[in-house]
Amino acid sequence: MTNNLQFDLVSPERQLLSETVEMVVVPGMEGDFGVLVDHAPFISTLRPGVLVVTREGGAEERIFVRGGFADVTPSGLTVLAEDAVAVSDIDRADLDQRIKDASEDVADASSDDARMKAQAHLDALKELQAAA
Amino acid sequence: MASLKELKNRISSVKSTQKITKAMQMVAAAKLRRAQEAAESARPYAERMEGVLGSLAASMIGTPGAPALLAGTGSDQTHLLIVATAERGLCGAFNANIAKMARQTAAELTAQGKTVKILCVGRKGATALRREWGDNFIGEIDFQGVRAIGFAQAQEVTEKVLGMFEDGEFDVATLFYAHFKSVISQVSTAQQIIPAQFDASDEAAGPDLKGAVYDYEPDEEAILADLLPRNVSVQILKGLLENAASEQGARMAAMDNATRNAGEMIDKLTITYNRTRQAQITKELIEIISGAEAL
Repeated sequence: MTNNLQFDLVSPERQLLSETVEMVVVPGMEGDFGVLVDHAPFISTLRPGVLVVTREGGAEERIFVRGGFADVTPSGLTVLAEDAVAVSDIDRADLDQRIKDASEDVADASSDDARMKAQAHLDALKELQAAA
Repeated sequence: MASLKELKNRISSVKSTQKITKAMQMVAAAKLRRAQEAAESARPYAERMEGVLGSLAASMIGTPGAPALLAGTGSDQTHLLIVATAERGLCGAFNANIAKMARQTAAELTAQGKTVKILCVGRKGATALRREWGDNFIGEIDFQGVRAIGFAQAQEVTEKVLGMFEDGEFDVATLFYAHFKSVISQVSTAQQIIPAQFDASDEAAGPDLKGAVYDYEPDEEAILADLLPRNVSVQILKGLLENAASEQGARMAAMDNATRNAGEMIDKLTITYNRTRQAQITKELIEIISGAEAL
């Protein structure tokens, strides 16, 4: 009986992490949830937010994820995220620029649908800024 | 018979062609490795996605209100063929094979009285299909200048496809690409991506839950509605990456052949060159000797 959780973080382009950790806190669509070993089977979509990985010994890593879902099975946790960036790697200047671009998109959006999309994009970026 | 000078020129021109094909082969080999890595590292995501969707879809299919991306629009009148090919030629029959397959499918569907629309991804496929099926084109996307195919490119294609699907412009979408089997073997593949299809075998291979039941958050329908469009882009990404690897594999094989052929040609030309030179020397000698004898 191990006390550790098998955690895989996969983006469409590659596998980012695959290791055993103590706990992972995942930003679920309906709220954050923590996954420890032997969690009940569970599927949740993600909202843009920060995923916190706690390794053995308590070291934490914070990763920003966007778009995708988390799949908890008896064998471990798999997070499939369209975008995943370690919070420490975020480039603030670049982010500010992107937020500015996104705000302009919201202002320029021609239809309600496009505006909603742009707004969601902007919100995701702001979430990221808050995390950094 | 060609003069010595002509032969010499031909030999040197074939030699420089050989140098080019050799270089192209080596470039393709280097690119192939990278493309292959990209295709392989994209696999886990696609597989997991398919696994989860497979089990979700199994419970949803047949129920009223199942999303159109899964259940279809209820008709199969209009088909969209997404033909993914390379941006460049000189890779053997790679582009031709994909185009051929798309052309056959288009002809079959038309014969059945269905409407066919074609979306070309990649310049070469568009060129190959334009003459015959140009009227059915509804769009062309090319990735000229894109160094490595990534999620952003797949997303671009997906947005276009999903946009058209929402507008009801087609009922069934099929993606044509070359499946990368090995360096020497690429198989042209047609994969139906809308409505999504899942092998029954995928469900059996789903994770062992040890008797427990999945909890869903939000509910199954909402998850499915969120994941299905993502699945389309993942499938397209997978196709594009496989295609990129196949292209380099095909180019490597084609250039290897070309290099070998050039080598054979050089050998033949060299033999002809030597024989001609010899003949000329003999002729000159005979002339000198017969001149001396005449004195």
